[in-house]
Amino acid sequence: MTVRVQHEDFDVGVEIAALRRARRDVGAVVSFIGQVRDFNEGDTVSAMTLEHYPGMTEKALTEIVDQAKTRWDILDALVIHRVGELKPLDQIVLVAVSSAHREEAFSACQFIMDYLKTEAPFWKKEQTSAGARWVEARASDDAARERWNRS
Amino acid sequence: MIRILYFARLREALGLAEESLEVRDGLSVAELMVELAQRGGQWQQEFAGCRPLRAAVNQTLVANDAHIHAGDEVAFFPPVTGG
Repeated sequence: MTVRVQHEDFDVGVEIAALRRARRDVGAVVSFIGQVRDFNEGDTVSAMTLEHYPGMTEKALTEIVDQAKTRWDILDALVIHRVGELKPLDQIVLVAVSSAHREEAFSACQFIMDYLKTEAPFWKKEQTSAGARWVEARASDDAARERWNRS
Repeated sequence: MIRILYFARLREALGLAEESLEVRDGLSVAELMVELAQRGGQWQQEFAGCRPLRAAVNQTLVANDAHIHAGDEVAFFPPVTGG
């Protein structure tokens, strides 16, 4: 289980290959990539700054991955999240999960993202055509996390 | 003495990233927020309960009834928006 918070970009191919080749009992790898899009709330986005809480962010991500491991029979998981200045098309986050069979990896990957969105201390400030502004949290993200408490 | 950290929009609104403060041992997060709001101005606006705020004690998210002790690291921040 690996969690990394970094300024640098990451190579998805290299990361997934490492996860896939790490064990011979891996039968599935599911990954999610988040990237900066060029619009939000009706305005053009030219750049964004990602802030985090050093120490707590890594701790929160580790706890989320540990919860996923308790919940599903997964073999390994990787979370990489970037911070600092990012532009449209830049990668923000990679979550990759390996398991023997696909269902566990699909569910665990989605669970990790849903919890990351609502519990890991990151904040986005975007530069838009309407000026600079802090991104507001979405109720739909809370709802996405809550469904894991019902199932 | 406790250490208090402020992040993101809150840090900008207050013009402060961190401070050390002498508080009563066993104070709750809610009580600390009342104390901070009493500073007036932006502090009143941010801590009087009008805007959603999250709190962490020693880098764990907590509810407002959590207690704070000497040496603790307390953080206040807006709802998170990563990913």
